[in-house]
Formats: sequence, structure tokens, C-alpha cells
Amino acid sequence: MGPSHPATHGTVKIMLEIDGEQIVEMDVQIGYLHRGFEKECESGTWYQAIPYTDRLNYNSAILANLAFCMSVEKLLGCEIPRRGQWVRTLASELSRMGDHLTRLGAACLELGAMTPFLYGIEARELVWDLQEMLCGARVTSNYVRIGGVQREITPGFLERLSSSFVRIEELLRDFDRVVTSNRIFVDRFRDTGMLPLAKLIDYGVTGPLLRAAGVPLDLRKAEPYLVYEEIDFDVPVGSTGDNYDRFLVCQEELVQSMRIVRQCVPVIEKTAGEPLNVADPRIRWPAKERVFGRMEELIQQFKGVTEGIRVPAGEAYAAIESPNGELGFYIVSDGTGKPYKVRCRPPSFANVAPMRHMLVGGMLADIVPTFDMINMIGGECDR
Amino acid sequence: MSSADDLLEHVKRLLGSDVLDSHSQCGDATVIVPLGAARECLRRLKLDAELAFNVLIDLTAVDHLGREPRFDLVYHLASIDAVPREDRTAAVHRRLRVKTAVPESPCAADSVCEVWSAANWFEREVFDLYGIEFRGHPDLRRILLYDEFKGHPLRKDYPKERRQPLLGPRN
Repeated sequence: MGPSHPATHGTVKIMLEIDGEQIVEMDVQIGYLHRGFEKECESGTWYQAIPYTDRLNYNSAILANLAFCMSVEKLLGCEIPRRGQWVRTLASELSRMGDHLTRLGAACLELGAMTPFLYGIEARELVWDLQEMLCGARVTSNYVRIGGVQREITPGFLERLSSSFVRIEELLRDFDRVVTSNRIFVDRFRDTGMLPLAKLIDYGVTGPLLRAAGVPLDLRKAEPYLVYEEIDFDVPVGSTGDNYDRFLVCQEELVQSMRIVRQCVPVIEKTAGEPLNVADPRIRWPAKERVFGRMEELIQQFKGVTEGIRVPAGEAYAAIESPNGELGFYIVSDGTGKPYKVRCRPPSFANVAPMRHMLVGGMLADIVPTFDMINMIGGECDR
Repeated sequence: MSSADDLLEHVKRLLGSDVLDSHSQCGDATVIVPLGAARECLRRLKLDAELAFNVLIDLTAVDHLGREPRFDLVYHLASIDAVPREDRTAAVHRRLRVKTAVPESPCAADSVCEVWSAANWFEREVFDLYGIEFRGHPDLRRILLYDEFKGHPLRKDYPKERRQPLLGPRN
């Protein structure tokens, strides 16, 4: 099955041994998309690695930026100003919404349901419009920087956000009405793709797949970063861990993400004018208007671009809760302007590994919903 | 075990003389163990009732070209709640990084697939990109590159610009 099957994203090929419609044995080959992400990072400066990170997962690019920058900041030992943290939180939740909406919409499409796909994608487009206002790009949106974020929020962004959210809520209601209790949909998703909890943990599976099996592990609560400790939200969990529970968990997470974004808005309004980025010019590049007017900042910018920022020698690992689970970066620095080693811990890779155990013994048709709910993204899976 | 230092104390008590070195830079507890004892150390870290590192979060290697032994294998372990909870907050109790040095020849380490199933694909990836073999791995094949690919691209002496022929479909 694959690599050109419409439901096997990108380069994935599944070698199957079947008996009629039943799967006897399978081998998942994730393919040769390999962009050489880690190798490329080692040949540029720390800043030059950031654009590579947002190509890891085109659905939630900002979250990969965030994880990478947080690992570098951990090694630098720098603290981001409060306003910057709230803005980062808002951006990462928008990113999570975009990812979940794509996953849920595409899952319906791949089972043959066009209407809910359009509801999901319209909502995602609204989210991506907001991302575009935030950072200037829709797909390879690139907003987080080492020591802060790319730029101040665009005027009118928060008003647009509240009007878009009204429409997104409508779309989610429509989506829910068409899909969640639809007989065909439920029959395809219920009791498929299950794996015992012990096995999931053994395979290092994280994110919605683990939560659907009943473990409420969410790094936003378990190891709070940014300002999640001050925000009120719930971690939805399932009970059986089948594809239907995974679907419901993602659907509820969308609602929770909107709740988080709504709590960010008043704080961001209140802190207008406060700094977004660290002041230290050895970490954060100076603002453009100052570069054009002052010699010191011009030199600083020049050295930042040509030599890169200096990160102290050592190693650090920072992880965040991405829409697929734990997305972590392990970095090693030798004290120069270039990373010695950048390792991305991809949630997709760990989540696809036990797919064989989820499906052997099941039916051929179960592959599509299971693969959809795993939500493997090629760029992130094989980097 | 609130801080990284407390955790390291506990790990040192458990592993004894197998801990060659340890540090807690940036708050990440790290221990370095000898290559020959790595599998046993990792097994003990998983089975210890108090530490209970039940998840292998990540496994990777670092190529220190010019250093002897040349490679570092880096295991990231975590201990998480393995049972569903009613109060809706699960925790990551502790994290630990375990490192072990692998020489260039023989470029091999013991597989930990029996300890965590997650090691299966991670070890295949390290084998593919760094050329470190894992003794006892049930299915050690390349995973990101095709079988005919020559060399291991994440080694520091593999040139970034090298191109290899694209092969047509095998069947």
C-alpha cells in the first residue's frame, strides 16, 4: 500500500501480507523523504537552523520553531520577557488548532466524506489567516526566534481573532453534527487501531494517542513551559484508546486551545508596549530601525548574521507538547556560532513504530483511519 | 527526588561503580556509563521501583570526530504515570540522560530492544545515519535510506554535498 495511495502521506509504503481482507503481517517503510535536517543544521549558524525547523511539520510549524528556540535558550540560560511568553503561547495554540483541524478534516476526507473536510479546512484557513497576520506566511509560518519572537503583533490582529473564532466555533458545531455520531464514521473508527496501554508506553508513544488510552499526560501540565501554569484548561482523555477516542480527544483539544487563546488575549492587550524580546544584543538581533540608524547596532547585526550568536559549550534537551506528542530538541554546542549537533525527537517517528501491532489481525480498511489518527507528517518523521 | 542532583545521587547509588561521570548542566541530569555495562545499567534504571524509567524518549548519537572513543550514544529516559488517573493530571516524574562512548572499531553497542520496544526504530536510525551496529537487534536494517546507499550521512566526515545515484524501482 502506497507510496502513491492517497491516504499514505508522502513517501510511506506499507508492505502487507493479507488473507482476504485481513492483515496477516505488515512492515511500515517510512521512505526516503529525508531532507538531511540534522546535517543541514550543523553547517549553518544557530539562527539559520530556524527555517529548517518549520518545515518539519507544515501543519504546526510555529511549534517546531518554539521547541528549537527553547532548547537554545536553555543552553544560553536566557529568560524571555513576560509579554513575549504570552504571545508565544497564543501563537503555539493557533498552530495546534491548525494541526488538529487538518488531521480531523483529512481523516473524514480519506474515508470518503467531503463535506466535513471542507468544514475543517475552512476553519483551518481562518486559523492560517491569523498566522499570516502574525508572521507573514501561511504554511511555512516562522514566528519564534531565539530570545523572543519575530515581531510585534500586527494592529487589528486581536479583533480579527475574536471574529474568526466565532466562525470557527460555528464550523466546529457543523463538523460535530455531521461526523461525531454518524453511523458510517463511528463504525469505521470504533474498536480499530487499538493497542494495550503498556505497549504504547513501551513504544514511547505520546500525545493524543496516549491520552486516548487514558493517560492524561500533557507536557503543558506535566512540565509547564511558557505561561501554561497560569492558564486554566483541561486535558481531555479517552478510555479505550481506539481511533474513535483519539478523534474525540483531538476534537476536545481544539476547544481547549480556543479557551487558552481567549485567556491570552486580555493579557496581551494589557501588556502592550512592554518588550517582547530579550534585550541582550548578543542573543537577539537589534530592531531594524536601530540597525539603520546606529553604528553599534549595525555592527552587532553584521556579526550576528556572519558569525552567528555564540552559544556556550554543552548540551541541553527541551521538549514541548506538539499536536502529535512530545517534540524535543537535543542540542550540543562546542561554543562556536554553529551547532555541533541538533537532534529532533520527532513524535511521528515514535508513534508510527508500533503501527504494525495496532493493525495485524485487523482489516485492510482499518489502516486508513489508524494512519490518519497517528497523523504522521513525513517531514517530521524522517527529517 | 526534586532536583537533578538528588536524582543523580540516587542513580549513583543504584549503579555504583558503573557511573563513570555525571553532571546536571542546564538542569538535565546526565550520567555516563561504560559501553559494556550500558544495557545492564539501562535495564536496572527501568526496573528500579523508585526510578522506574518506563519510557525511552529518544536515542541518538553524537560524532566527536578526532576524539577516542569517537561516538557518544545518548539515551533520553523519562518516568511517567503508566496508569490512567482520575484527577486528570499525569506527571513526568523525572528525566535522565544516559551517555555511553562507542569506539570507531568495533563500532557496535548492545541493543536495548528487549528493555524498551521504542529502541527498535531508534536503533535502526542510529545504525543508518551513524553506522553504529546494535548487537542483538531483531531487525537491523536501514530505515531512512535505501540499502544501496553508501556511508552514514550524519558522520562528521561525510561531506554534505556528496550525491549518490538515484535508483529506479527494484521490482
